[in-house]
Amino acid sequence: MAQVTLRKVVKKYDDTLAVRGIDLDIADKEFVVLVGPSGCGKSTTLRMIAGLEEISDGDIAIGGTIVNDVPPKDRDIAMVFQNYALYPHMTVHENMSFGLRLKKVAKDEIKRRVENAARILDITELLARKPKQLSGGQRQRVAMGRAIVRDPKVFLFDEPLSNLDAKLRVQMRTEIKKVHQKVRTTTVYVTHDQVEAMTLADRVVVMNGGLIEQVGAPNDLYHAPTTKFVAGFIGSPSMNFIPCRLEEASGALIARMGEVSLPLPEARTARYKPYVGKEVLFGLRPEHMTERRPYATGQPQDFSVTVDVVEPMGMETLLYFRINGVEVAARVEPTSAVASGEVMPLAADLAHMHLIDPATDKVV
Amino acid sequence: MVDAATGTMGVGTRAAARRRPGLFQRKSTIAFLMALPLILIIALLVLYPALYSMHLATLNKSMERFVGLGNFEFLFKRETFWMVVQQSCIFAITAVLFKALIGLFVAHFVHAIPNKGQRKWRGMLLVPWVIPPAMSTLAWFWLFDPSYSAFNWLFALVGIDPVPWLGDAYWARFSVILVNVWYGAPFFMIMYLAALKSVPEQLYEAASIDGANWWQRLWYVTLPMMRNIILITVLFSTIVTFANFDIVRVLTAGGPIDQTHVFATWAFKLGIEGGDIPLGASVSLFMLPILGLGAIFILRDINKRGNEA
Repeated sequence: MAQVTLRKVVKKYDDTLAVRGIDLDIADKEFVVLVGPSGCGKSTTLRMIAGLEEISDGDIAIGGTIVNDVPPKDRDIAMVFQNYALYPHMTVHENMSFGLRLKKVAKDEIKRRVENAARILDITELLARKPKQLSGGQRQRVAMGRAIVRDPKVFLFDEPLSNLDAKLRVQMRTEIKKVHQKVRTTTVYVTHDQVEAMTLADRVVVMNGGLIEQVGAPNDLYHAPTTKFVAGFIGSPSMNFIPCRLEEASGALIARMGEVSLPLPEARTARYKPYVGKEVLFGLRPEHMTERRPYATGQPQDFSVTVDVVEPMGMETLLYFRINGVEVAARVEPTSAVASGEVMPLAADLAHMHLIDPATDKVV
Repeated sequence: MVDAATGTMGVGTRAAARRRPGLFQRKSTIAFLMALPLILIIALLVLYPALYSMHLATLNKSMERFVGLGNFEFLFKRETFWMVVQQSCIFAITAVLFKALIGLFVAHFVHAIPNKGQRKWRGMLLVPWVIPPAMSTLAWFWLFDPSYSAFNWLFALVGIDPVPWLGDAYWARFSVILVNVWYGAPFFMIMYLAALKSVPEQLYEAASIDGANWWQRLWYVTLPMMRNIILITVLFSTIVTFANFDIVRVLTAGGPIDQTHVFATWAFKLGIEGGDIPLGASVSLFMLPILGLGAIFILRDINKRGNEA
């Protein structure tokens, strides 16, 4: 059993707070991804779990034991670094077995474990090579192999795919997921790429400014963000935020955004009522603004816009236009024949809308 | 690289392109012409004296008769020669070893100092290497003075008998090595410091997660990563130390009773002071095969391993 627990963990560099007291419970065998923009404290948090950074305050426990003052080598963790950190003078086999050799594990056992890890990662024929003779993707596999042979309590990944090109990154992402399915080990994975976070994680931890914004399963974060930051960070292209004014007309609520006015779902009337007459932010993802479809579900509300930019993506087409002074994106079928400058009738699925209080940046 | 010769041919006709470029258009010719001044200087200042000393080594004392390897035969029969060979080896090996060890130790020390204060320390630690050795050795000479020097005075204060630094054969050998180490260690320090700085921090982090302690990180990560720099520095320093002249000359002039002579000082003594230039040339030539062999082995190893990092 290797759950990882963080209690009020703080990291201070001189006068700046990198991590401002975070609490996190990672269950045994769980795959947790820390995601956030650069400087949000996610890497620092991972390095504190690894023991590479001292914690300024709070407690970190691995498998129920507090490890605040335990050196990295005694924490029974393995880490995959962004630039792989393979020892250039050692062969792949030597790189992978280095930790075991230091621990004086029997030779047969080392051989068995290295060969097993090499088989999982499909690098058996590379074992005699040196890192310089490997491609980026192969080095990435070796770095993972070095972690697997250790059979640690916790895997730590520090932006492991950032140095790979886009195509390889997608491929390795799948590999990592497969490996985790084969080698069920508690995993903490740091990335700034929300797609990686969504695809890999059992649970995603969104961090911002040294604090945890929200923790949840990928789909929960996507569909039920609690803050404007999470709503905007998860999803690509990101959620549209349109300044609007809530008005009440004969019992129903209307969001007025310049020339566009949309009636809000009845079910939310009670929730949104305190904001009537106030300036708030209306949030809606691009895929919930589409062309009018006969089979549309939910409560599609029709409106029309003048399209500024058309971006055909192949599987979909993105439209950009302005509502109430801000740029807004919509996703339409690639078959929609629309050109920039044209007026396009669209439908908004308001069952997926969010209302954000600009005073707190929280989702109402 | 821009091909100067073919670059101009692109505009020519096909037939012209197929013709071999003229002698003065070829890249190799141009390169040779550019390097010619340097080649001439090297030939004049290095090659000519080297060949000339080989020629000298085959002559008799009055430089009138060709004696072949006669000078070497004569040297091999003399006890002093073998003592100089032995002393040169002891001097070079011990001095280089200590320079390398102290250099490595100090480099680690300086590397651990935060960047802000590091420049100051680097500068101060380089001082011994920057002062002309003939001058600094003179200062050491005074420090070693048996009756009036700082060392023996300090020893007297704490009740230790005065040490005959330069008067006793073993102490004199110790002293020349000490001064050579003092002079040469900063060079090792600065080279090793540069090498240490080029080792990525994440390798140490990976090693510490892999379970390596301080010593294992040094042995399995730092030293292998510094390997080429260490080998080149040691090779370079061995050559320079083996051929050292100024420190031994100023400090002991080879004494007492020739006990601290190295090749260069003994060659000087025989050739210039003793007036037997061919014999002196033979002594100095004797270093050549020893150093040549070492250089070949070390450079071959670096070539073989150099491409892996």
